[in-house]
Amino acid sequence: MRAFAYTRFELVRTFRNRRLLAFSLGFPLILFFIIAAPNRNEHNFNGSGISIPLYYMVGLVAFGAMSALISSGARIATERTDGWTRQLRVTPLKTTAYFRAKVVTGYAMAGATIVVLYGSGIALGVSLGAGRWLEMTGLILVALVPFAALGILLGHLLTADSIGPAIGGLVSLLALVSGTWFPLGSHGFLHDIAQFLPSYWLVQASHVSLGGHAWTAGGWIVVAAWTVVLAILARFAYLRDTARV
Amino acid sequence: MKIDNPIGVELRGAAKTYRNAGTVVHAVRGIDVSIERGETVALLGPNGAGKSTTIDMVLGLISPDSGAVSLLGGPPKEAVARGMVGTMLQSGALIRDVTPRELIAMMAALHPHPLDVDEALKLAGITEVAGRRTQKLSGGQAQRVRFALALVPDPPVLILDEPTVGMDVEARRAFWLSVRAFAARGKTIIFATHYLEEADAYADRAVLMAHGRIVADGPTSEIRARVGTRTIRATLPDADLTALAALPGVTTADRRGEAIVLICTDSDAAIRALVETYPDARDMEIASAGLEDAFIELTGDRDEATAAEGREALV
Repeated sequence: MRAFAYTRFELVRTFRNRRLLAFSLGFPLILFFIIAAPNRNEHNFNGSGISIPLYYMVGLVAFGAMSALISSGARIATERTDGWTRQLRVTPLKTTAYFRAKVVTGYAMAGATIVVLYGSGIALGVSLGAGRWLEMTGLILVALVPFAALGILLGHLLTADSIGPAIGGLVSLLALVSGTWFPLGSHGFLHDIAQFLPSYWLVQASHVSLGGHAWTAGGWIVVAAWTVVLAILARFAYLRDTARV
Repeated sequence: MKIDNPIGVELRGAAKTYRNAGTVVHAVRGIDVSIERGETVALLGPNGAGKSTTIDMVLGLISPDSGAVSLLGGPPKEAVARGMVGTMLQSGALIRDVTPRELIAMMAALHPHPLDVDEALKLAGITEVAGRRTQKLSGGQAQRVRFALALVPDPPVLILDEPTVGMDVEARRAFWLSVRAFAARGKTIIFATHYLEEADAYADRAVLMAHGRIVADGPTSEIRARVGTRTIRATLPDADLTALAALPGVTTADRRGEAIVLICTDSDAAIRALVETYPDARDMEIASAGLEDAFIELTGDRDEATAAEGREALV
């Protein structure tokens, strides 16, 4: 299949990079055990009704998967610097197929993070019904969509030597204000801001354990709106970049 | 795609100007070129002459501000989308964490009628390093991988932008042998270079560019004759410059410390006369005049900045 040749190539290339794999998967995993293992018997974290292992399992999935999606797209910056995107533009490869390869690779890496952390969560006593696992995973995958667009946007705005610090800083900040490290409660300044971030809803996926719906209608709207806005900006950035050569 | 159309590449009044932070660069100032299928054409000129901009227009990477560009009888983007073009662009590093074989195989998979991957590897001379990671290749090997990327689509048109940059003499020779083998299959080849020797040895025809214009276009032998001055350099401490300038075939004589430099229209006659008249001349060298000198001759342009740019390009 010609259309998927490039996606396959990109996947092979990414999963072969052992260092990238070790840091992307290892970092959230180690943090999870450091934070959650000593508190594995806390079943009502800060009155949220969610156990500490479940809370941090999802929090660190959010952290790792968000990084994976943003980094995958942002690697376009390096490929622009190296002239690789120019080389591809003089082949029959469609731009959409190139972006698809980045998004699929980002999701594959996010999927690996999810598997590793779910396994670790189960090891620390996280227990949910099959339906809840599925629902939670589905919400996480949906909440990652805007970050796929963000990665492609950053890949066209940043340069190869600035992507590292830019992504590190951005993901840390988003994780902090979105409740990855501690529950934000249901009111207050931080909570009010966080509600408008897709990363907040990513973390909120852990609320499936409470029964009912983990996301409000507002959550769906925030995720959809960010997806649309970031996709439009990414398109502009791409067009601006290719017009200049 | 009309196969009966004999025109490979055509530019008509194509012009491109870049505006960046208040500076305006007229990269290409309206050029007309028509290249038939099966021709091997060198696009010759110093850095800043407009070669790369011309190539970008031919490939559809940029659109001309005015004028028209066609590739295989249609818009460049269409020919590219049909996989009719192989390209070796000037660029930084190869993509990492893959082997040349995987890279070439991926490129083959993107095209409708590619060469066999092994054949492309062999043509580019990288069979032995096909299994290594790209980041472990030398500069010359990486350049040949890029060449294989251009060949593997088995394209009717091959476009090479300064392909031998970073190659040593041996790699250069091997590279041009492969290009010739490919040209023998009836391919249209356009390559940009700032080496007159490369144009002379490997192209049927040379298009000379300077300051975004075409200053000469014809068979390489003709171009060679027009710009083919040579210089003789020799260690000769006590010779009189006026007498040297009067030697047959010499136009000007100059002194650089212990050495003399003779600009010649006929270096064969000049060297014979020099050896006969000055038996103590030693460390003699004959070299082709740099391309920047040729441009000055052709364009009558003595602009210092341009000349400096040209010199830089030849370092």
